Amino acid sequence: MSTLVEIRDVSKTYERGKQKVEVLHHVNLDIQKGDFLALMGPSGSGKTTLLNLIGGLDSPSGGSISVGGQRIDKLGGGALAKWRAANVGFIFQFYNLLPMLSAQKNVEVPLLLTALSAAERKRNAAIALQLVGLADRASHKPTELSGGQQQRVAIARAFVSDPSLLVCDEPTGDLDRQSAEEVLGLLQVLNREHGKTIIMVTHDPKAAEYAKQTLHLDKGTLVEQAAA
Amino acid sequence: MKYLHLIWAALFRRKTRTILTLLSIIMAFLLFGMLDAVRISFAEAGQSANGAERLQTGARLSFIQTLPKSLTEKIAAVPGVKDVAFANWFGGAYQDPHNQVFTFAVSDNYLDVYPEVIVSAEDRKAFADDLNGILAGEMLIKKYGWKIGDTIPLQSQIFPNQEGSKNWSFKLVGVMSSKDGRAFQSGMIILHWKKFDETTPYNQGEVGWYVSRVTDVNQADRIARDIDALSANSDHETKTQTEQAATRNWIKQMADIGLIVTSIMGAVFFTLVLLTGNTMMQAVRERTNELAVLKTMGFSNHKVLGLVLGESVLLLLLGGAIGLALVSVIGAALPAMSGGMINNTHVGISSWVVGIALATGIGLLIGALPATRAMRINIVDALAGR
Ligand SMILES: Nc1ncnc2c1ncn2[C@@H]1O[C@H](COP(=O)(O)OP(=O)(O)O)[C@@H](O)[C@H]1O
Ligand SMILES: [Mg+2]
Repeated sequence: MSTLVEIRDVSKTYERGKQKVEVLHHVNLDIQKGDFLALMGPSGSGKTTLLNLIGGLDSPSGGSISVGGQRIDKLGGGALAKWRAANVGFIFQFYNLLPMLSAQKNVEVPLLLTALSAAERKRNAAIALQLVGLADRASHKPTELSGGQQQRVAIARAFVSDPSLLVCDEPTGDLDRQSAEEVLGLLQVLNREHGKTIIMVTHDPKAAEYAKQTLHLDKGTLVEQAAA
Repeated sequence: MKYLHLIWAALFRRKTRTILTLLSIIMAFLLFGMLDAVRISFAEAGQSANGAERLQTGARLSFIQTLPKSLTEKIAAVPGVKDVAFANWFGGAYQDPHNQVFTFAVSDNYLDVYPEVIVSAEDRKAFADDLNGILAGEMLIKKYGWKIGDTIPLQSQIFPNQEGSKNWSFKLVGVMSSKDGRAFQSGMIILHWKKFDETTPYNQGEVGWYVSRVTDVNQADRIARDIDALSANSDHETKTQTEQAATRNWIKQMADIGLIVTSIMGAVFFTLVLLTGNTMMQAVRERTNELAVLKTMGFSNHKVLGLVLGESVLLLLLGGAIGLALVSVIGAALPAMSGGMINNTHVGISSWVVGIALATGIGLLIGALPATRAMRINIVDALAGR
């Protein structure tokens, strides 16, 4: 297995007024291609911050991050946006679907940034919805779907443009046990059958069991644990 | 425009608010379209080719003062004058004093100097044969449902008849029309000056104004001076102008229509900018999270800026187009309502061009601030609800 994500000596400092707070301290981490990594840790330990750095939503204050050999900490805003469109899919705790659009149209949104034709966008989104088991809900608006269904639509949206990396911040945090298991099962399929590398922040040890490996973050420092 | 459905969805995210905003935009552009039609109508008044060869002669001091009828022959004798007609203000109202109907008492050859006014030979003869006859513009006839042969009661604000009553009564004997409904006679009535002069004790061989035609338009200024010289140093000095100049003067007296239109529209659009600008700002503030999510997917800051600008421009274009289209519908009633003064109420190409440009401009203006704000949304902060 080759290394997909290479995090070297990364720190992140936020400024609160005049005060500077270092949220991540010299983090080092390698994530292999095809891995399914669970990231656990107490609230405020910096999990979301680390995830945002890996996903190219934010830039580190120090150190370097390479994804697939590309130094994303060196990319500027516009280039980083392009990089995200091609390489990462995001899944959030509260789904974050566009409320005015149908499930189908929500899944098509990332494809607007590709060169695909309208017909191809439609077809690819339909296939993605089929894969998450919601083909029959394609025309439903988010408010007409349950939390678990909305999260599955969000997952379809995250992988429809075929990124190598899926980044999930507490994807089951708002779901009941059964819906959570459906969502986790889906992530597992995407990891095993479709080779997606997944990094998932979770509070739930049961959720972490779906991952191949679990890491713990405490006060901005990684505490490595044995593989699950 | 593959992003149109995204923009459209965002626009109608809050249906009620968007529809209310849209209504105010529609109202503003409806007003713009109507006022612009009025402005153009005034600007075009008296600008026909026929108008250029017509001279109007009125009393120099005030258009209320009358002139002696004896000037007719003297004006006709001025070199370059083709023919001379004259008219008096009658000031009619039909049934209700509010139903103002422009009515002139005119010389027998009045229609000769207005060749653009169409009257059938039959109607012309009927008018010539009946001293109590009147000709009415087609617009009036349509408005009041008159028929040839009807007795039309007309109230004069000024002139009593021989019984001392201001309620006159005439027989409708014919119709005046014009090719495109542009001639002002389409909205007025003419009666015989002879009848008027004989009947009212207030007028004794006096004339309100003269209209003469010249053989050579280029000599109009010289002829106008010659006509005025006829009455120089008399108690009835005259002022002669081409029809355009007279109309322009009259409109100047009415106040500068263009300025009024511009001021009203300035106030309306200023209010519109504040109102819609505020709405757009609110709309973007509410959507901070959604816009941040678009950015996570790889929408660049410039794309997000474009989406918000597109939204405000679309809103304005939608309202503007509906408003201007409504002008044509409502405008169909305007010529009749204005008694023929306003004839040009379709929205011309120029009004459309100005209207669309205005809508786009206002859209960009009110979108600028929220779009910049949207562009600057920090993904990480927005996702964390900070
Ligand atoms: N943009 C920011 N500005 C200031 N402080 C921040 C910002 N983002 C995160 N923090 C702080 O950094 C710490 C870690 O946050 P986060 O990564 O969200 O933790 P977790 O996801 O593990 O709960 C918290 O104390 C949080 O308040
Ligand atoms: Mg977090």
